[in-house]
Amino acid sequence: MNPEPRTPNPQPGTRNPEPRWWRTLEEQADDPAFQERLYNEFPSQVEAITDPVARRTFLKLMGASLALAGVTACTRQPEEKIVPYVRQPEDTIPGKPLFYASAMAIGGVATGILVETHEGRPTKIEGNPDHPGSLGAADVFGQAAVLDLYDPDRARTITNLGEIRPWPAFIAAIRAALTAQEGVRGAGLRILTETISSPTAAAQIRDVIARFPAARWHQWDPASRENAKLGAKAAFGDVVDAQYRIDRADVILSLDADFLGSGPASLRYARDFASRRRPEDAARMNRLYAVETMPSSTGSRADHRLPAAPSETVAVAQFIAAAVGASAGAAAGATLDARATKFATAVAKDLQAHRGTSIVIAGDSQPPIVHALAHAMNAALGNAGATVLYMPPAEAEPVDQLTSLRELTDDLKAGKVDVLVILGGNPAYTAPADLGFTDAMDKAPLRVRLGLHEDETSARCHWQIPEAHFLEAWSDATAYDGTVSIVQPVIAPLYGGKSIHEVLAAMSDRPEQTGHDIVRAHWASRGGATMEASWRRWLHDGVIAGTSHQPRNVSIKAGAIRDLAGQDRTGARGAMEIAFRLDPSVLDGRFSNNGWLQELPKPVTKLTWDNAVIVSPATAQTLSAGGSPSFQGGEHGQIISDVVELKIDGRSVRGAIFPVPGHADNCATVHLGYGRTRVGNVGNGAGFNAYSIRTSDALWSGSGLQIERTGSSYSLACTQAHHLMEGRGLVRAVTRDEFVKDPKSIRDGDETPPRIITLYPNWQYEGYKWGMAIDVNACIGCNACIVGCQSENNIAVVGKEQVLRGREMHWIRVDTYYRGEAENPETYFQPVPCMQCENAPCEVVCPVGATSHSAEGLNDMVYNRCVGTRYCQNNCPYKVRRFNFLLYQDWNTPSLKLGRNPDVSVRSRGVMEKCTYCVQRINEAKINAETHDRKVADGEIKTACQQTCPADAIVFGDLNDPNSRVAKLQAEVRNYALVGELNTRPRTTYLGAVRNVNPELGE
Amino acid sequence: MSDQHPDARDLAAYDRHNETMDSVVGTGRPPIIAPGHTFGSVTDKIASIVLAKKTPVGWYLGFLLAFALTILLLVSLTNLVFTGIGIWGNNQPVGWAVGITNFVWWIGIGHAGTLISAILLLLKQTWRASINRFAEAMTLFAVACAAIFPLFHTGRPWLAYWLFPYPNTMGVWPQFRSPLIWDVFAVSTYATVSLLFWFVGLVPDLATLRDRSQSRVARVIYGMLALGWRGSAQHWHRYETAYLLLAGLATPLVVSVHTVVSFDFAVAIVPGWHTTIFPPYFVAGAIYSGFAMVLTLAIPIRSVYGLQDFITLRHLENMAKVMLATGLVVAYGYTTEAFMAWYGADRYEGFMMLNRMTGPYAPFYWLLIFCNIVVPQLLWFKRVRTNVPVLFILSLVVNTGMWLERFIIIVTSLHRDFLPSSWGMFRPTFWDYSTFAGTLGLFVMLLFLFVRFLPMISIFEMRTILPEAKVDESI
Repeated sequence: MNPEPRTPNPQPGTRNPEPRWWRTLEEQADDPAFQERLYNEFPSQVEAITDPVARRTFLKLMGASLALAGVTACTRQPEEKIVPYVRQPEDTIPGKPLFYASAMAIGGVATGILVETHEGRPTKIEGNPDHPGSLGAADVFGQAAVLDLYDPDRARTITNLGEIRPWPAFIAAIRAALTAQEGVRGAGLRILTETISSPTAAAQIRDVIARFPAARWHQWDPASRENAKLGAKAAFGDVVDAQYRIDRADVILSLDADFLGSGPASLRYARDFASRRRPEDAARMNRLYAVETMPSSTGSRADHRLPAAPSETVAVAQFIAAAVGASAGAAAGATLDARATKFATAVAKDLQAHRGTSIVIAGDSQPPIVHALAHAMNAALGNAGATVLYMPPAEAEPVDQLTSLRELTDDLKAGKVDVLVILGGNPAYTAPADLGFTDAMDKAPLRVRLGLHEDETSARCHWQIPEAHFLEAWSDATAYDGTVSIVQPVIAPLYGGKSIHEVLAAMSDRPEQTGHDIVRAHWASRGGATMEASWRRWLHDGVIAGTSHQPRNVSIKAGAIRDLAGQDRTGARGAMEIAFRLDPSVLDGRFSNNGWLQELPKPVTKLTWDNAVIVSPATAQTLSAGGSPSFQGGEHGQIISDVVELKIDGRSVRGAIFPVPGHADNCATVHLGYGRTRVGNVGNGAGFNAYSIRTSDALWSGSGLQIERTGSSYSLACTQAHHLMEGRGLVRAVTRDEFVKDPKSIRDGDETPPRIITLYPNWQYEGYKWGMAIDVNACIGCNACIVGCQSENNIAVVGKEQVLRGREMHWIRVDTYYRGEAENPETYFQPVPCMQCENAPCEVVCPVGATSHSAEGLNDMVYNRCVGTRYCQNNCPYKVRRFNFLLYQDWNTPSLKLGRNPDVSVRSRGVMEKCTYCVQRINEAKINAETHDRKVADGEIKTACQQTCPADAIVFGDLNDPNSRVAKLQAEVRNYALVGELNTRPRTTYLGAVRNVNPELGE
Repeated sequence: MSDQHPDARDLAAYDRHNETMDSVVGTGRPPIIAPGHTFGSVTDKIASIVLAKKTPVGWYLGFLLAFALTILLLVSLTNLVFTGIGIWGNNQPVGWAVGITNFVWWIGIGHAGTLISAILLLLKQTWRASINRFAEAMTLFAVACAAIFPLFHTGRPWLAYWLFPYPNTMGVWPQFRSPLIWDVFAVSTYATVSLLFWFVGLVPDLATLRDRSQSRVARVIYGMLALGWRGSAQHWHRYETAYLLLAGLATPLVVSVHTVVSFDFAVAIVPGWHTTIFPPYFVAGAIYSGFAMVLTLAIPIRSVYGLQDFITLRHLENMAKVMLATGLVVAYGYTTEAFMAWYGADRYEGFMMLNRMTGPYAPFYWLLIFCNIVVPQLLWFKRVRTNVPVLFILSLVVNTGMWLERFIIIVTSLHRDFLPSSWGMFRPTFWDYSTFAGTLGLFVMLLFLFVRFLPMISIFEMRTILPEAKVDESI
């Protein structure tokens, strides 16, 4: 669906239509005989000819092939070069992966990563255990970034007006332009970047500004943490970044802050949060309250959750602030309805009972007043300095980015800009709709763009420079706490991309400096005399030790809240409101062309490949619009939904409506990052463009929304539409008090059959006996495990059409179940990989023995032997088996081949596949242990899902070892088997959820 | 020729006309062969259909239609092999759907043939003689159609031979605990025995055709197929022994094949599949649908080829009675299933039944109940049993109902099983329909070839039930 009219695509200057290259006269004449010869010669390219998108690629390949035609004989040899190691590179052992520490920055904040490479090819990204923002975990974006590296749709060449140009030509052009600027001290030069977290890049830009004092540096990030900065500035008079010591907090209030599932420090916070949720240590269990519009990971984990429209959230914050005595001078006594009053009163009381051990967190999308109120509450509760630390922000140059972009737009409109250099980002797509930035851009006579894709912004720029992926280039980046990591390349640029440093260098006196030299030179002073050793240490560790910020002492300014309350732009209560949120899968649109992320079922909604107009079921009913499962795929696949038109401030956009229980009433949430027109084959045309109704005065929320039915309908691909447990006890949950009183209460209704009722002898496991325990109480539903598994196990992306039919291939999925009242249900996440049953129903029914029991308890899947009867899939009560109904793997795109894990078979059409407990990792560890003549130690093997889990919810190990972590967890009273009454004896078991309910609010 | 005889439907006239028949079939019931026939007339009548020089235009039209559908089958299967099973609507969680529905349906239809040939032979039900030949042919063709599905519904049909236990360099055997392996044995045994049984039964008639054929080509072909049959007493003796032995071999197959097919489901743990009642209820269902199909075929054939003398109302009525009986067994099966779902107090089983009755596929479930239980109750009435058009419609209704039964068992059990998170729906695609239509075409095409080139009624067996063949032992 693309309800937007396609953006007219005026090319700068007089850009010719696609240049028509031809090599022979027959080709130019479009001679059928020539065509046929082509078909015969290049059967693998027949599709490329018929596919208009790939036609250019085909022509390129054909040109090269024709040139080589004389070289080869009649039989076509595979055009592959074998390069043996004449001298083997140091450290490289063929077949053994190497791991490099690096960092990935999103929105100006870096997370430490480890990049797994096989013979020089990065194949997987994992968290860096030494990095404070990662602790070994990685989020979905970090892990999926490796697919972006190999994206065949990436920008591949430097172009000027669509013509391919060499790098020196660009240097000449930009230097000519800059020379012209020297006379006016750079008054016509503007640099537009995203939020910059790289100290080197910031220093380079400052150098450019120093050279051209009248030039300006602007920043625009559609998800900039504007409100947090404004709130802090108002409250403290200075821009500081609040950081939380979740592990020290007993009571946490989240004001629409998804601190567990998104944001720069979420991995850290999730780990800390999980450490305080162990019911076995009931006294230490924290309690989480969440006020939020759109159900998120955090709200789902909350012990009490209040759905509130954006304006209501402000009121609740004011109410609680007043109750804890933190609203100094604010308009107190905000009116709340009975339910919210009850909630807010209880929260305030609980917060006051935990002075110094509580936290109030305001979400990035909340207006400045809420941030200021949160700061005031933390101060009043004595949390500041204890559980809340104030640090300098991670970004290099914290500015009000909205003002920054507005100034740039005004300058552009006024014709003051001669050279516009856009480094990263995609402002033509993400700029607020009312600024008119996109049209204003065209007024700059020279527009230069550095970007990963030839996207909406590139289309309006003269120069497009392919950006080097962060896995291809040197850089540095700052984590949420200030820790700096050096970003090191793990592969040479695939398409000759350039990093931001190299482009900035081109604007300096030393244009040919390499990224490595630039970054190293920047840190030379820190390294000092021992630079070489320090540099090696930094690269090895992935962090520069001692760079983290020190907390600052700040105090609340008097009257700050009152001033802000006056400026609050949050809409009037009562009107229909709209909330804009970053998409949990594609963020602001930067991951739109990433198939792993597009196909990732979004937390809670389980939507893939689309965004939607998300409302509460009650609101959907008043609009008499909604969705229902269709017969094609149905509850596990396709939802046919009504298309509605969203109108706000004279702007409108059409999208499919999707009711989600727990969403606030009288309010709609739309996710950004969809409806893209120029991103690539994966992302083009998915969803609708919410930026088209996002204006500068309502960046995150606004009121006066009108929703109108259009009468048409749309298919949403949703991997789970039935969220009720039907009384089946799939997720066991009790309250903390119940658990403390009688721990066994969590296992009410357990019916595990005795071991003797079977015809077959029980399995004997002499050596290892692998098992897994998944803590439902810890899982935050962030999906990191799904992407980790996809990357580790070469799992195919099937596309929206196949998801609609219910044929997605994920080996692990996160089921979401609701319990309790319909308008605000308790939400539970349950990751479901293969259970590796002892009495596996799949094993007995396979006619060819393609799935069989290993001596260590795995259900091994023998792809070679599988004939594809799908009987095992039918008989699997957990429905974790995935069948290759069609040829889902891309066997042709060369770049994608590089990114696959060489330790895992790439499956073809017609075979069944499923979770293997990462058997390749098990075997690697076993071989390693055997060479040292010892047993595999506990914790030595981590499955991909376990390794990346920020909440530490997944534990894998040897059940034969009574001291292993997994054996101890499975011995806990909370341990239960999913539908264990079937006597499948699953090897993967779950630990029940325990909610720390406030008795005053009840369950 | 048949005009020379009193109208078989005129029962009173018949009774007055021929007293002799009563000794064969008992008083007051329609005959199993119309009176007035002699050895010669029976042979003439049946053999003339095959030996007629001119093929009727209607045959060509029908054959072409069936042939076109067969081509559709080939197109569908080619696409399936080249593109993948994904062209069907099967998905996660519905791994089996229309393909296996069709398989069970065709196999079920095949049952009537063996039942009529073997069991009725052993039970000395002489009325079977006029329908057993084409019922057996129908069985063979149905099994051929059925075999297409398990083969092509696999993800990699070119490797499906791995289901056979054959010595191989991989040193791997099939996994004998899987009911699919049992299926391979059951169905292939069934197909082999049915073919043998049918062919052995054909030998004397092939010899008749050889002897009567005018064309040299036909004589050679029929001659080869007749295996040198000369009709000597020794031949007849050996023939009878062999036929009886084969009947003995085939008899357990009637029960075993569909029992094994039902194991595909009963052995699985899927609620709605995992029931011990499946074997008898599947066998009854198979006979039910088989007889419905025999009626569906016999009624048009007898009127087109004027065989009312041989396939008399007596036959139709008998088959209707078998349908009624097996239909009641099937109804009992449905009732027990529903009762046990409630009485067993298994929450998955209970939900499954409720979901069948009230869930998204409920219309199909109730249509199935209507087709298989409600409508066939009309067969209690003799007026219905002897009304040929009504019987024909009824047989179509039962065929539809039995297809729906398999669809309901397979799809509604799978689409909502244990974990609600994985619940889904199934909708057939064009290729699901085209493959099914294609096998219908193949079936009909083979039948057309059969009625044109082979005697569709056993000539010599018909002769044995003529009064002339009766030896009065009192003399």
